[in-house]
Amino acid sequence: MKMVKAVIKPERFEFVKKALEDKGFIGMTISEVKGRGEQKGIALQYRGGVMIVDLLPKIQLEIVIRDSDVDTIVVTITEAARTGKIGDGKIFILPVEKSIRIRTGEMES
Amino acid sequence: MALDTGVTTWLMVSAILVMLMTPGVGFFYGGLVRKKNFISMIALSFVVLALVSVHWILIGYSLAFGQDIGGVIGNLDFVGLNGVSADAGSGAYPPLVFMVFQLFFAAVTVTIVTSAVAERIRFSSFIVFVLVWLTLVYCPLAHWAWGGGWASKLGLIDFAGGTVVEICSGFGALALALVIKNRAGFGEYALEPHNIPMALLGAALLWFGWFGFNAGSALAVNSVAVNAFVTTNTAAAAGALAWMFAGWYHGKPSSLGMVSGAIAGMVAITPAAGFVTPLVSLLIGGVAGVLCYGMMLVRVRKKCDESLDAWAIHGMGGLWGTVATGIFAVAAIGGISGLAEGNAWQFAVNTVCAVAALIFSFVMTYCIAFVIDRTLGMRVTEDEEYVGLDICQHGERA
Repeated sequence: MKMVKAVIKPERFEFVKKALEDKGFIGMTISEVKGRGEQKGIALQYRGGVMIVDLLPKIQLEIVIRDSDVDTIVVTITEAARTGKIGDGKIFILPVEKSIRIRTGEMES
Repeated sequence: MALDTGVTTWLMVSAILVMLMTPGVGFFYGGLVRKKNFISMIALSFVVLALVSVHWILIGYSLAFGQDIGGVIGNLDFVGLNGVSADAGSGAYPPLVFMVFQLFFAAVTVTIVTSAVAERIRFSSFIVFVLVWLTLVYCPLAHWAWGGGWASKLGLIDFAGGTVVEICSGFGALALALVIKNRAGFGEYALEPHNIPMALLGAALLWFGWFGFNAGSALAVNSVAVNAFVTTNTAAAAGALAWMFAGWYHGKPSSLGMVSGAIAGMVAITPAAGFVTPLVSLLIGGVAGVLCYGMMLVRVRKKCDESLDAWAIHGMGGLWGTVATGIFAVAAIGGISGLAEGNAWQFAVNTVCAVAALIFSFVMTYCIAFVIDRTLGMRVTEDEEYVGLDICQHGERA
């Protein structure tokens, strides 16, 4: 089992959700986060000077899937979240030891 | 007749009530946008209030209410409030009180237009737009209807601004929306209101302020003022219930629908408040609630991002109200008969003037916005739009 953690642009979230649903990935946990990459946010140029917005709002998705689904989900998220511009985000894949369904106590590993 | 303390007091109180409507619109709109543009929406209303306050005493009041030039615009006699006395002279109230009362009408009208540019306007260009728009659109329209221009000579009856405020701002907003174009993501994903309680509070301020707006427009404390006071509240209530039930039929009775309906009702009764009976105001407000709800659906279906529905509510509600005034005016209330009492002429005049105001506002606003867009640029950059106007235009967070 793997956890896919994707940090994406908020305005792409609806598209990613739809694309994942179309591929059969329904369950997910999302949170509104702030973050930055190597560009340290964006610099907005004004007459009065430069203003740096160094932490930009992002959406973080967490999805736990079978090992065999990793490639499909990475491609799906990448295609739906990509705008081609700086700040499209990143995907991380983490190993998951176990998952337990609280209602039934059913365990999966 | 010397200064009447009752009338002067009521006008000053009315001016305060109308003043509160400008930030009221700001809070109403502020609740309806996404959180990242919350401050921006309210800031627009305050900058309008400040800009109009300066513009109006320097030149606006004179253009609207100065000596008539060809039925089109006022002259420059009152520039800088020259000759606008704080002394009542032979009148019941000082001209200076009337000036400040009218100032707040101009401010709330411009604020309504900000619906069209929500979440994407460049603040600096907006300031230029406000000053030009006031001079070339609002002042002439106010002059036509109230300052002795051609519409008032023709016999238009517009009690508190069905043409001047509502049609003018509503159709101006539509034109502006067509120039500035849709928000990024409009039609692709939901751009949901972030704070509905805030919008409800803004609407409450509007309902509160509208008593000064309409009943104050009697410019007296008499039966007309009292009638306007009651018709205003009645139309608001009818509009709220009508929109609520119309929305309920399609889903749930939303709180936002209720207050939108109340605003639609008050918009429609604005030109009629001192001319129709309270019973008829029930009809005018109720029809407005359903009509404006329908117009909002049309606007959404046409994929037009006139973001916060100034056109559907103020434009179409004002159009209906102005025409309805020509139909339902009763001689026993405001001294003028409408179509229902056999005076077809009044109906014709009100309809013609409403359409004239509609065309003038739409065309002029389109031209002004187009020129500003091509020279200064009306919109922020795409990056700035995604980050939100609060941070990129004001450097603040809600």
